[in-house]
Amino acid sequence: MAIELKMPALSPTMEEGTLAKWLKSEGDEIVAGDIIAEIETDKATMEFEAVDEGTLGKILIDEGTEGVKVGTVIAMLAGEDEDASDIEAPAEKESPESDKSGGKEKSTDASEAQLMKTPRKIDVKDPEVPEGTSFTSVSVREALRDAMAEEMRKDERVFVMGEEVAQYQGAYKVTQGLLDEFGAKRVIDTPITEYGFAGIGTGAAMGGLRPIVEFMTFNFAMQAIDHIVNSAAKTNYMSGGQMRCPVVFRGPNGAASRVGAQHSQNYGAWYASVPGLVVIAPYDAADAKGLLKAAIRSEDPVVFLENELVYGRSFEVPDLDDYVLPIGKARIMREGSDVTIVSYSIAVGLALEAAEELSNEGIEAEVIDLRTLRPLDKETVLTSLAKTNRLVIAEENWPTCSIASEIVAICMEEGFDHLDAPVTRVCNEDVPLPYAANLEKLALIDTPRIIEAVKKVCYRD
Amino acid sequence: MAKAPRSKKQPTKSPAEDPDFALHSLQEALEENRHYDASKEQMLHFYEQMLLIRRFEERAGQLYGLGLIGGFCHLYIGQEAVAIGLQSALDGDKDSVITGYRDHGHMLAYGIDPKVIMAELTGREAGISKGKGGSMHMFSTEHKFYGGHGIVGAQVSLGGGLALAHQYNDDGGFCLAYFGDGAANQGQVYETMNMAALWNLPIVFVVENNQYAMGTAVGRSSAETEFHRRGTAFRIPGMDVNGMDVLEVRQAAEIAFKHVRDGKGPVLMECNTYRYRGHSMSDPAKYRTREEVQDIRDHKDPIEGIKKLLLENGSTEEELKAIDKDIRKTVTEAADFAENSPEPEASELYTDVLVEEY
Repeated sequence: MAIELKMPALSPTMEEGTLAKWLKSEGDEIVAGDIIAEIETDKATMEFEAVDEGTLGKILIDEGTEGVKVGTVIAMLAGEDEDASDIEAPAEKESPESDKSGGKEKSTDASEAQLMKTPRKIDVKDPEVPEGTSFTSVSVREALRDAMAEEMRKDERVFVMGEEVAQYQGAYKVTQGLLDEFGAKRVIDTPITEYGFAGIGTGAAMGGLRPIVEFMTFNFAMQAIDHIVNSAAKTNYMSGGQMRCPVVFRGPNGAASRVGAQHSQNYGAWYASVPGLVVIAPYDAADAKGLLKAAIRSEDPVVFLENELVYGRSFEVPDLDDYVLPIGKARIMREGSDVTIVSYSIAVGLALEAAEELSNEGIEAEVIDLRTLRPLDKETVLTSLAKTNRLVIAEENWPTCSIASEIVAICMEEGFDHLDAPVTRVCNEDVPLPYAANLEKLALIDTPRIIEAVKKVCYRD
Repeated sequence: MAKAPRSKKQPTKSPAEDPDFALHSLQEALEENRHYDASKEQMLHFYEQMLLIRRFEERAGQLYGLGLIGGFCHLYIGQEAVAIGLQSALDGDKDSVITGYRDHGHMLAYGIDPKVIMAELTGREAGISKGKGGSMHMFSTEHKFYGGHGIVGAQVSLGGGLALAHQYNDDGGFCLAYFGDGAANQGQVYETMNMAALWNLPIVFVVENNQYAMGTAVGRSSAETEFHRRGTAFRIPGMDVNGMDVLEVRQAAEIAFKHVRDGKGPVLMECNTYRYRGHSMSDPAKYRTREEVQDIRDHKDPIEGIKKLLLENGSTEEELKAIDKDIRKTVTEAADFAENSPEPEASELYTDVLVEEY
């Protein structure tokens, strides 16, 4: 029985890749462990290793083909008693996603798809961009890299340190190319030692440098949180303003995909609760770039929360030489008059999607991206609330003591007279994030939940 | 045929043949001559500085008892020779210092005005941290003194960062990072040693081994109580120093600082010392006997040690008493200042949280 060789998923978030090179030809004997092909993901070039033995039959995807969906059959492998040349290609199938004809839908895709859908075009431009500016589509990953590179060119004191940031080009490829341009002095690979290198980064900032400390993910920064909170955030105050600490702690935050509870936490509310820190959590590429540049220039310690699932998404970034956004300013992503949806990071995409669907039902939602979690732009939230009189918070985080909780408190204390309905939180379920695909999907915030909450506060359910 | 008697002693290897030479070379250099050849003037200065710390701390203890100093207050009495011996060898324009919360002595060693230190202890506006840091959180960036840190061991990795900045800026300075025998069991200390050795950072790690981590004797908390050996795993040379002898500490500083300034990487120095008072003011120190403390005071006191040398070198009792009298006066003035200075304005509550406005 011939075996189908399928495009493998080589990272938890990979959806498609480039078949860079075939290392075996049709008719070659394949032994388990042989490297058959090289596949480029958005992060790295990976080797595709044979698991089964046999003869390589037909190659169905030519080398150099881009955008090959995970699960696509790329070649056939003939078994012991088969003639490789007789093997036929399987019936036309593009990818498992397009196969809705009764085949089992790959359940993992459902939860990922919900969080990973590319949002529709945003119609309200950032006020900081001058009229007539041209835009280029850039991924969030590249935007972050560009921000660091630009600031490093500008200021000798800026350097990056962290696990795999240099030679490996970044565990999530965010620091790609920086080692080549800036050298090992300014792009420093650290051992796996978060508490230690967070302290060294913080101390270097106290000593006058401007470190960017990358955490492979913020889950690992729990080992280092003492330096972020006790050393970086508090020392300026405790020294009566003598001790500056212009450090940026950055890395992916929040749920990735199918990596389980220890790798999936959102720390936005934790850090945002600490006076002395600036906390930024951008959603799109333009904000990622403009706000990371602002963070690097800030005299204060900044926690910069990225999102792995958004790294690969592309957005329009203005073609400006020095695109720096103000810290502490929320952005109205979509204007609306009936209800306000407040969000940040990956959930902004879901909120925008919900707003589009609600629009079809006659509800116009205003979507606010907080962008900075501390200091929080209360004014933008309250002004919108005064206009719409209804507010829902969409947050990819646990609900308890969340940013959503904080927004609820602000609305109660300062916007009570404008409220026509209870302020409502739409968050993840209050459980450690499970691994199983169906449970993960159940645990995470999604668009239908936002729509449901909006309808409820609009008394339309 | 009778065998020739074998020498028990291994033949001495030349440094080039001995892969571990680097680990013990500094200690050997110290053992060759443990005493810094100080001029009488220098010795007088050491005496004066150590006495200032002693009298300052005694007064701080008194003010604590009067309720003028709150919270935690960790006194340096008994350990004076460490800060003075080491910091007297620094290049004040280049080198940086960082320590934990027992930090009054290190600040006084810089010659920082005792008034602003005492006023910080009493939480006054004139304090060096505007009254917002307190005993454990004092800094003087002007002197490259970076605190004053309240979390045990945190200053070691922060010191690693200061050292990285020295190396990055190629400014010729190094970081002197103090920590205690208690902090020596914190994981981040070793994370930092690993990176410091890996990157050849200019840093001198100093364990001020005062024999007790709060109330726990070193033997009860540390599997290896010879702390100078703890850098071996990272190939950091160690030095075992009598921290009750200011001239030995200074001599060790000469050797260690040269090593670091020559670009040979980090050094780990253990200064064996003793704190006469409790861990903090609220510690009755029941974990040791009065006799133990008295014995150290009688036989190993760092100030008595240098005093004896001075007397042998022609100083008179009167001369030294006059110095003491002047210091007492300085300390009394500092205490009066600290007591009578105003508390911070209420508006100070909201300043210095962030540097910039957003």
